[in-house]
Amino acid sequence: MDILSLSAVELGKKIKAGEISAMEATKASLAQIAAEEPRIHGYVTVDEEGALKQAEEIQKRIENKELTSPLAGVPTAIKDNMCIKGQLTTCSSKILSNFKPTYTAEAVKNLQKAGAVILGKTNMDEFAMGSTTETSYFGPTMNPHDTNHVPGGSSGGSCAAVAARECYYSLGSDTGGSIRQPSSFCGVVGMKPTYGTVSRYGLIAYGSSLDQIGPITKDVTDCAAVLTAIASWDKKDSTSVKRADYDFTSALTEDVKGLRVGIPTDYFTDGLNLEVAGAIRAAARVLAENGAVVEEFDLSLVKYAIPAYYVIASAEASSNLERFDGVKYGYRTPEYEGLHNMYKKTRSEGFGAEVKRRIMLGSFVLSSGYYDAYYLKALRTKALIKAAFDKAFESYDVILAPAAPTTAPELGKSLSDPLKMYLSDIYTVSVNLAGLPGLSIPVGKDKKGLPIGMQLIGNHFQEKTLLRAAYTYERATGKEA
Amino acid sequence: MADKISDETMEHVTKAKNKISDETIEYVGILAKLELSETEKQNAKADMEKMLDYIDTLNELDTSRVEPMSHVFPVNNVFREDVVTNENHMEETLANAPLRGGDSFKVPKTIG
Repeated sequence: MDILSLSAVELGKKIKAGEISAMEATKASLAQIAAEEPRIHGYVTVDEEGALKQAEEIQKRIENKELTSPLAGVPTAIKDNMCIKGQLTTCSSKILSNFKPTYTAEAVKNLQKAGAVILGKTNMDEFAMGSTTETSYFGPTMNPHDTNHVPGGSSGGSCAAVAARECYYSLGSDTGGSIRQPSSFCGVVGMKPTYGTVSRYGLIAYGSSLDQIGPITKDVTDCAAVLTAIASWDKKDSTSVKRADYDFTSALTEDVKGLRVGIPTDYFTDGLNLEVAGAIRAAARVLAENGAVVEEFDLSLVKYAIPAYYVIASAEASSNLERFDGVKYGYRTPEYEGLHNMYKKTRSEGFGAEVKRRIMLGSFVLSSGYYDAYYLKALRTKALIKAAFDKAFESYDVILAPAAPTTAPELGKSLSDPLKMYLSDIYTVSVNLAGLPGLSIPVGKDKKGLPIGMQLIGNHFQEKTLLRAAYTYERATGKEA
Repeated sequence: MADKISDETMEHVTKAKNKISDETIEYVGILAKLELSETEKQNAKADMEKMLDYIDTLNELDTSRVEPMSHVFPVNNVFREDVVTNENHMEETLANAPLRGGDSFKVPKTIG
């Protein structure tokens, strides 16, 4: 048996049954990391010693029946913008390259309670700003399906690590598509839950009104299991939402009979690659063959989502990233004259080009004289976009769309034209603006062998509808190994 | 930001609808607490002009009767009693200090 090819839930079962130990699984993952990292570079930090120690303790607690979660003993990896006490947490930035938090993010704590073995921290675009993982201070991550291509971003390290079997599942964060787009590029399942479902406590903020942590997994069953483990109401996050039901695994049934599925015609325009369009339409037919009622409709306002998103996200980023000033933690410039010069030099040397670009834009749109014209205008547009989704969900249970307009671009081709890179988020950003849940699931590959992802978007709190549709699709098509 | 001004940037400068002055870039740099080199400033100007031209497509929308929406769900202040629940983390916190002076963070002189 190839232990690495098991899904997280399959491995969890075997660990519980005593067929495999948490230690064996952890050692297998660490060996895979050692073999694959030179090719993939999915990790910023691999905590070999810590992982082995966790595995030993967790194995004992499983044997004592203290740990009963389906994920107990299963090795995982965490995006490097989530704090883990005492462990390097860099956001893939020079300015946090030596930062060790004094507390652990709530979502990670929830995984620890479930008995997860944390192997390390994964690479990302600096402060989650980017769509390729190429803005990382530590260098890019490569796509496991073809290392000349990017894994997508910003959770590129988390998605590549799962695809390369360097962990059984991982956590990512999604501000404008940062879980769904790299999941699509790497051929894994990724979900951004409804805003407020997973606590943001300990997630280093980029765009606070848009950020949400979510699972990146090998299949839909794992996605439901990980979401069940990490979702919780948390008084430490004032935007956390108290939900009635936190068991997402009960949605894993093959049943889409009568499910109303809408495909936005305005997503299928010039910018969409034909192979991607074909794969998405073929996937929609699979749902239709299983009883879903699939229709096309006009979502409207599609072209306004990206400009509204960049105003809002940059504005929030400029405010959130003010705290990085070289005083209490992180990098400080070695030479300075006085306090203000220290702030400026620290930040100028500590942040990369894309982060500076967004801080500058954000500072501008919030400055007096421009606040109404740009920031408030974007917030009004956001209200219109949410209203357009509200209207769509009167007629449909699920909106079916591509996760990205193309498959993974080649390395080194994206950063020279930021605007073009931003357009790769066209199908994902509006979901964050409206606070909706969205899931990306692999639906095939292009001629070059690069994965294509289908995005399923649901109304607020309808994660289970998405999981049910995705699970039905997965079963109908036969899971890809 | 790239080290030299690209041809693409130079070409753009002549086409942009939005014009960002040197004074504005200077001012935004102060707000952002960033010290930009001359090249970085020119690139930042071009980047910002290009982004603002793009963002201006929002003006095609009539939003005069739409309220700005900051959060999709109603967000209220969450109050609690000011009770200490965690233990003392002074040593771990100061371990992250770029420069430490006794039990304090050491910073340059702040008052003249």
